[in-house]
Amino acid sequence: MVVFPVRGNCDAYRIDKDGRDTMKRLQSTFLQGREKSFQVLAVAALLLIVPETAAAAEAQMNGANTAWILTSTALVLFMTLPGLALFYGGLVQSKNVLSVFMQCFAIACLMSVLWLIGGYSLAFSDGGAANAFIGGLDKAFLSGIGMDTLSGDLPEPLFFMFQMTFAIITPALIVGAYPERMKFSAVLLFSALWLFLVYIPVCHWVWGGGWLGDMGTFDFAGGLVVHATAGTSALIVVMSLGARQGFPSQLHPPHSPGMTMMGAAMLWVGWFGFNAGSAVAANGAAAMAMTVTHLSAATASLVWVVIEWRKFGKPSLVGIVTGTIAGLATITPASGYVGPIGGLGIGLAGGVVCYYAVAFVKGVWKLDDSLDVFAVHGVGGILGTILAAVFAAEALGGVGFGKDGSMGAQLTTQVIGVAATVAWSVIVTWIIVKIVEGATGLRTSDDEITEGLDLSYHGERDYNF
Amino acid sequence: MKLIMAIIKPFKLDAVREALTELGIQGLTVSEAKGFGRQKGQTEIYRGAEYVIDFVPKVRLDLVVDDDQVEGIVEAIRNAAHSDKIGDGKIFVLEVAQAMRIRTGEVGNDAL
Repeated sequence: MVVFPVRGNCDAYRIDKDGRDTMKRLQSTFLQGREKSFQVLAVAALLLIVPETAAAAEAQMNGANTAWILTSTALVLFMTLPGLALFYGGLVQSKNVLSVFMQCFAIACLMSVLWLIGGYSLAFSDGGAANAFIGGLDKAFLSGIGMDTLSGDLPEPLFFMFQMTFAIITPALIVGAYPERMKFSAVLLFSALWLFLVYIPVCHWVWGGGWLGDMGTFDFAGGLVVHATAGTSALIVVMSLGARQGFPSQLHPPHSPGMTMMGAAMLWVGWFGFNAGSAVAANGAAAMAMTVTHLSAATASLVWVVIEWRKFGKPSLVGIVTGTIAGLATITPASGYVGPIGGLGIGLAGGVVCYYAVAFVKGVWKLDDSLDVFAVHGVGGILGTILAAVFAAEALGGVGFGKDGSMGAQLTTQVIGVAATVAWSVIVTWIIVKIVEGATGLRTSDDEITEGLDLSYHGERDYNF
Repeated sequence: MKLIMAIIKPFKLDAVREALTELGIQGLTVSEAKGFGRQKGQTEIYRGAEYVIDFVPKVRLDLVVDDDQVEGIVEAIRNAAHSDKIGDGKIFVLEVAQAMRIRTGEVGNDAL
C-alpha cells in the first residue's frame, strides 16, 4: 500500500482541538480504490484488536519522521543561511556583497518572527468560512500548541519550524531581482508585506487546506508556493525599481564565481531537506524525492555545460551552477510524484528552458531581473508544475493519477494552479510595490550606488586589503 | 641609477624573476596592476551575457639598478616576458635622482 503524502495535509489522522479525527479528503485522491479499502480494513482490525490503544495509535509521535524533519528543517534554513546568501553574493560586485548578505539575513530573522505572530496560523489553520482562501488566527503565537501537540505524527512546533524555513527562503529569493540598488528599509517592508499578502495565501491554497490542494494540485515542495510566486513577483519589483547602472551593456561581472559555487553547492545539499523533507516522513517517498531531486540537478547542470560549450567554446562555473539551480527549482513541485526517469526528463527540460529564459528576460523583455529569479525559479517552478502531471504517469515511473484521475485532468488542474498563482502574485505584488514606493521609496540614489551599498547602507566594507 | 619599470603578463612573472636572478640583481618590487594598451579589454561571459572588461590584469616590476646594468636587464626582461602576442607589455627606463637604504642610511649606488 502506498500513501502519497500531500504537504501540509500529510497527516492521515489529524486530531483537532476537540479530539475529533478529521481525515483529510486529499489522501483519498491518491489512494487506489483497492488500497483504500485495505487501509480501512486494517484500521478497523486494529481498533477491534487493541481498543484501548486505538485512539493512541491514531495520534502518536513518530520518532523516525520527527528526526528526519528536524534534520530537514536545519537543511532548509541552511539553504538561506548561508547558501542563498553566498550564491547571490558572489554574483554581485564586491562593493555590494555585504548588502546582499544583510538582506538575506535580515529577511530570515524578520520572517521568523512574523511566522510566529500570525503567518503560520494564517497559512495552516482552519479559516472557517474562508478556509478555501485563507486560514484563521487560532494558532497565532502558537497559541495552544506546546511540546506535546501533534500535527499528524510530528510535534506541531516542528511542523511550524519546517514550514517557517520555506517562508524564510521564498522572500529571500526575491533579493536576486533587486540587488545593488534597493533600499534596505524597502527590502524589509516589502518582504514583510509580501509574506502575508502573497506567500501565505498561496501556501494556504496549496498546502494549508485551501482550494488548490482540494482540487488535487500537485505541488510537492513548492513549485507554485515558492518558485512561481517569488519568480513572478521579482519581475514586478524590477519593473518599478529600474535596472542596475550600466544595464544592459556596461555591467560588471560577478565578483566571485567561487563564492557563487559554494552557495550553489549548499543549496543542492539543502534541497534534499526541501524536497525529500516535504514527504514529512522518513520513508520511501522521501528517498525517491531525494533521488529525483538529485538527478534533476545533475542533468540540468550538464545541459548548461553542453549549451555553453557549444555556444561559447567554454563551459563556465557560473553556468553549471545556474543549471543546477534550474534543475532543482524545476523538480521541486514534481519531486513526490515522479520516478528517476522523470528526474532526468525534468532536469533536461528545466536546464534547456531556463537557459533561454535568462536571455529572453534580459534581452527581449529588457528587464534587469539581475540574478535571474524569474528565469530560473519562476520559469523552473512553473515548468515543473506542468511537467509533474506528465511524468507522474505510471508508464514513466510516476505515482499515477489515482483511480479516477488521468493525465489530462491533472494537467488541467496544474494549469489552473499556475494561472491562479501567477495572477495573484503579479497583482498583489504590484500593489505592495506601490505601497512601499510611497512609504520608503524603492531605489537608492545614484551616489549610493556608485559608492556601493555596503558602505552607503551598512557602513561596512567586506574586503579590507 | 636608473629605475626600470616593466609591465608584463602575470603568468610571465616567474620566468622574468628567474632571468633576473641569473643576472645577479639584488632586489625587486612587484605589484599587481591592471591596464590596457593596444590589447584593449577582453570579453567574459556569464549566464550567456557578454561583459567587456576594459582593464586586463598585469604585473608591474620596479627595480633600481646601476647604469651599466640597465641594458642587460632590459634585454633579460624582454626575452623572458615575450610571448609574441599583443599584451606582452612594456618596459620603461627612468632616471633616478637619489636612493637610500633605510636601515643604514647609505645613499647612491651603495644603497642598491
